[in-house]
Amino acid sequence: MIVSRRGTLGLRVIALGYLAVLLLIPVGVVLYRTLEPGLGEVWRSITTPAAVHAFWLTIELAAIAVPLTTAFGILTALVLVRGRVRGKRVIEAFIDLPFAVSPVVIGLALVLLYGRQGWFGPWLADHGIQIIFSVPGMVLATIFVCVPFVVREVAPVLREIGDEQEQAAATLGASRWQTFWRITMPAIRWGVAYGVVLSTARAIGEFGAVSVVSGKIAGETITLPLLVENRFNNFDLAGAYAASGLLAVIALGTLLAMTLLQRKGDSAT
Amino acid sequence: MISATAVTKHYGDFAALDDVSVDIESGSLTALLGPSGSGKSTLLRVIAGLETPDAGTVVLEGADVTNLPPQKRGIGFVFQHYAAFKHLSVRENVAFGLKVRKRPKAEIRAKVDELLGIVGLAGYQERYPSQLSGGQRQRMALARALAVEPRVLLLDEPFGALDANVRAELRAWLRRLHEEVHVTTVLVTHDQEEAMELADRIVVLNQGRIEQTGAPQEIYDAPANDFVMGFLGPVARLGGGLVRPHDLILAQHPTDGAIEAQVERVVHLGFEVRVELELAGDGELAAQLTRHEVDELELHEGDIVYVKPGGRVHPEGSALTAA
Repeated sequence: MIVSRRGTLGLRVIALGYLAVLLLIPVGVVLYRTLEPGLGEVWRSITTPAAVHAFWLTIELAAIAVPLTTAFGILTALVLVRGRVRGKRVIEAFIDLPFAVSPVVIGLALVLLYGRQGWFGPWLADHGIQIIFSVPGMVLATIFVCVPFVVREVAPVLREIGDEQEQAAATLGASRWQTFWRITMPAIRWGVAYGVVLSTARAIGEFGAVSVVSGKIAGETITLPLLVENRFNNFDLAGAYAASGLLAVIALGTLLAMTLLQRKGDSAT
Repeated sequence: MISATAVTKHYGDFAALDDVSVDIESGSLTALLGPSGSGKSTLLRVIAGLETPDAGTVVLEGADVTNLPPQKRGIGFVFQHYAAFKHLSVRENVAFGLKVRKRPKAEIRAKVDELLGIVGLAGYQERYPSQLSGGQRQRMALARALAVEPRVLLLDEPFGALDANVRAELRAWLRRLHEEVHVTTVLVTHDQEEAMELADRIVVLNQGRIEQTGAPQEIYDAPANDFVMGFLGPVARLGGGLVRPHDLILAQHPTDGAIEAQVERVVHLGFEVRVELELAGDGELAAQLTRHEVDELELHEGDIVYVKPGGRVHPEGSALTAA
């Protein structure tokens, strides 16, 4: 597309203005309001027992969900791109389900399955396992919403590199496992890294699905995003801003990591 | 010896290989020659174990490998587009097969250096594939395939992605390499010149079947049918027969069995001269003469000449059985 210089400038202003109004200003306001009462106050607010617990629970959810979705994401991408399975399109559509369905619905679906009145509820109750209104349910919800990220990042890279290098490795005597670790994995590593960063961001920030299955038990099933809502509803605005600020800092850190990876990935290829 | 027996491979309705049997002698360099879609690459990939045939068996040096994966066949394979491991250096690429076999480091190092010397890439050990030319990448791929000391070396259009001059250079080089290393080699190509220049034996394939097998000279001089005749070189049609354009004799005066023709065009191609003729009966013909012959005949456009075959004439539509 050929655009005149003024046209380019105009487009830039519109694009940047749009981003500023919708993204930068709200995030900026959160950070500003966070710091308004002074650093000492913010520190106190994010180091209360509830906040510390929420922080570690959030990290715990991400630490369980991200490695699992990464491993299964790579496996699924391999099956979709290299495998000869029927109904690939159907599988691909299912993978995008968490993008399409509202997180609240995902949470409700989990309650219907694992809740006391759910399909597996009675069996689980008999065996003394509680999933809904406790951490296992929150892990399930987080995994569910994270599923598409790694697959969606890795599958196109696999398609692009083709399978000739893998075939060459096979003719040279490498087992499937050796071929995967020595040839495939190095070739897709940047795709995997993006997927991990995106899933981490989503796992840390997830509200809807986790909120439904958590039961919001204070000091037990409250994550950082839930803590923000909790404080906000209790008119603790400063506390809500402080927790939001912490989330925003984590999110910005994730984005920064992604940008750095991108630069490294570009120079590596 | 490589024996593929009664190999059939379908892709949906398309028969890539239709009951193909071929024996390839140990130590030979055999070319699988044919147009695209003839099944030549599929046959090579079946021998390698990269494709599973619907029916048939593959025996490598006495061992039935039909159900073995490529890892266990003791083969070396070279791909048209090199299949270089992009994230590994030249040294690591060539060492790959030895590393997965867990050979001692010192042995790997020595072997890699030796092979890179043989393929003319000494001093390139620490480069990456992206820093090599196409010809260099393919030589690296050959060294990589040879490193595991394969029983058979399989080359799938190895020079197909290279410039004409690099291709000619690598052909001569591969011939010399084969004389040195003497590993049984199968080369897939659609270029009859490449097959003639490199191979001891040529297997001509067309539409999933073998049309003829034989030494290059044999196939050129005694093609089994019109297809082989046409695929191995240019063909002229004269009096119901097929003849090579360089086997046509032109004269200024009528002779026995000669047909009258008018010179349409005289095209000088260096030493060779192509004389395009309009036959008196009907039809056109291109004869290939040397510059000397044309000078002696003093040929000009519009001249009347008399043309007859000087070499072997193959009756058109023939399906002579292969010797």
